[in-house]
Amino acid sequence: MKELVIISGKGGTGKTSLVAAFASLAKSKILCDADVDAADLHLLVEPRIGERHDFHGGNTAMIEPELCTKCGLCRDLCRRNAIGGNFIVDGLECEGCGVCWYFCPEKAIQFPLDTCGEWYVSDTRFGPMVHARLGIAEENSGKLVTLVRQEAKKLAEEKALPLIITDGPPGVGCPVIASIGGASAVLIVTEPTVSGRHDMERVAQLATHFNIPAMMCVNKFDLNPEQTNGIEEFARGKNIHVLGRIPFDPVFTKSMVQGQTIFEYDGDSQTCQTVTAVWEHVYNRMEIQQ
Amino acid sequence: MIISIASGKGGTGKTTIATNLALSIESDVQILDCDVEGPNAHLFLNPIIRESETAKSPVPEIDEEKCTLCGKCAEICRFKAIIVIGEVVLPFPNMCHGCGGCMKVCPEKAITETGRELGIVERGNINGLDFVHGRLKVGEAMSPPLIRKVRSFTSADKITIIDAPPGTSCPVITAMKGTDFVLLVTEPTPFGLHDLTLAVEAVKILGIPHGLVINRADMGDGRVREYAEQENIPILMEIPFYRTIAEAYSKGRLIVEIMPEWKAKFLELHDHIKQMVDNPGRFL
Repeated sequence: MKELVIISGKGGTGKTSLVAAFASLAKSKILCDADVDAADLHLLVEPRIGERHDFHGGNTAMIEPELCTKCGLCRDLCRRNAIGGNFIVDGLECEGCGVCWYFCPEKAIQFPLDTCGEWYVSDTRFGPMVHARLGIAEENSGKLVTLVRQEAKKLAEEKALPLIITDGPPGVGCPVIASIGGASAVLIVTEPTVSGRHDMERVAQLATHFNIPAMMCVNKFDLNPEQTNGIEEFARGKNIHVLGRIPFDPVFTKSMVQGQTIFEYDGDSQTCQTVTAVWEHVYNRMEIQQ
Repeated sequence: MIISIASGKGGTGKTTIATNLALSIESDVQILDCDVEGPNAHLFLNPIIRESETAKSPVPEIDEEKCTLCGKCAEICRFKAIIVIGEVVLPFPNMCHGCGGCMKVCPEKAITETGRELGIVERGNINGLDFVHGRLKVGEAMSPPLIRKVRSFTSADKITIIDAPPGTSCPVITAMKGTDFVLLVTEPTPFGLHDLTLAVEAVKILGIPHGLVINRADMGDGRVREYAEQENIPILMEIPFYRTIAEAYSKGRLIVEIMPEWKAKFLELHDHIKQMVDNPGRFL
């Protein structure tokens, strides 16, 4: 079983639209949305939720006022300054290290497990999907990403499906690291802009750092053909396989507004042919058995 | 006054708004690029960097002579950043949140702290505009401590513009918390709307006055406007899609450079925000 993770560095380069397009093209697969703090893939593939589970990411300290003697030890120990002068814990600042709870001489601090999101196993018109929703302003997005990927893998094994297509988050930090570890390959979707290139170089470096084979395609390539050439040259120099160029095409926005993939919206378009060619490269390169 | 620029969805135009706004205001203004995973503001502003420093997070260092392998450090650590196996105590600095619990609990005082490099903070300027950004080291997972470091350079006597990271979890909260106003940048598409609603929930948790910029305002549908009306979120600016703007952006050029008439609109945006911050009761 193989896992392809779509990443970009910069946001808004077209990861999710491309994952949805691949969902139209790939025959047997599981979809996995690992962009847990701003998940969008469900808007195009409309999952019917089959299983719903709570996600427990960590703990948050809570001071019991009746037991607290206001000795101040917890405030001295907390490096996040999460405990105010009123001995109330600021949940947004508390990282759940538990140091206050461990040392409180009055045992006045509780340290309950948080429910900080949900994850789902669903059915879509493209096959099964594992996805999640991290609670607003929560931490532990990396843990939730790891969880949805594990569940997607389990499901793929159960159903004997040869491929997981994972929609990754933007950036290079915690959730991206959790998204790509152990993947068969990453596909970097970039755009020919100074920021697209800058962030692509960083995420390419991250893939190298974790030893994950990388492929690349340039979306909206015609916005700046010169920049596109430069990006592809960079990729070849880093042994990143260049899969093709996708034009700037309003069909992506139009199909999104309809809640469709570009193939459902207008399968005959030139852009669909280009995306099909990109998919065939991915497919051959990863030696996916369908 | 501190204005943070956020979005939920990536690629909606946060950096475009932050940089054009900062350059339009011109004097007594600073820009803090807190999108430390993918800092981009410098690509458009080309600041002269005058100072650079490494940002570090504390991690334990164990004196094996003193360590009795009692295991208390592994017991207190919630992040599995220190374990004891057989005759070895093994720290995993990448997992460490720097809470200091292990050092505090060690009965032999065998633990001291050293620093793990998170990234760098660079400071400089473009004419009168102060510039600060953080660059998370590639391979490093934790961005909030670096974001806090960038924010530590906030000058109280300036207008501070914070370019926040995308998303709705801890990095963006760290960038927005305690700011006077959040300017949310979206695009009128289903993805833009969905992530905007999440960002608005986050801003409401923080209780910060906020307003909306709709970028590429003519591509998509009318649902973002309907939502803004329902939720009483003022739309402070709309930027239509111009291919010339997109092409200029691709080369690192700003709207106010290629269309100088937009400077007045960005100044108006700033005035509008200032009014909302000065009269919070009317808008929150």
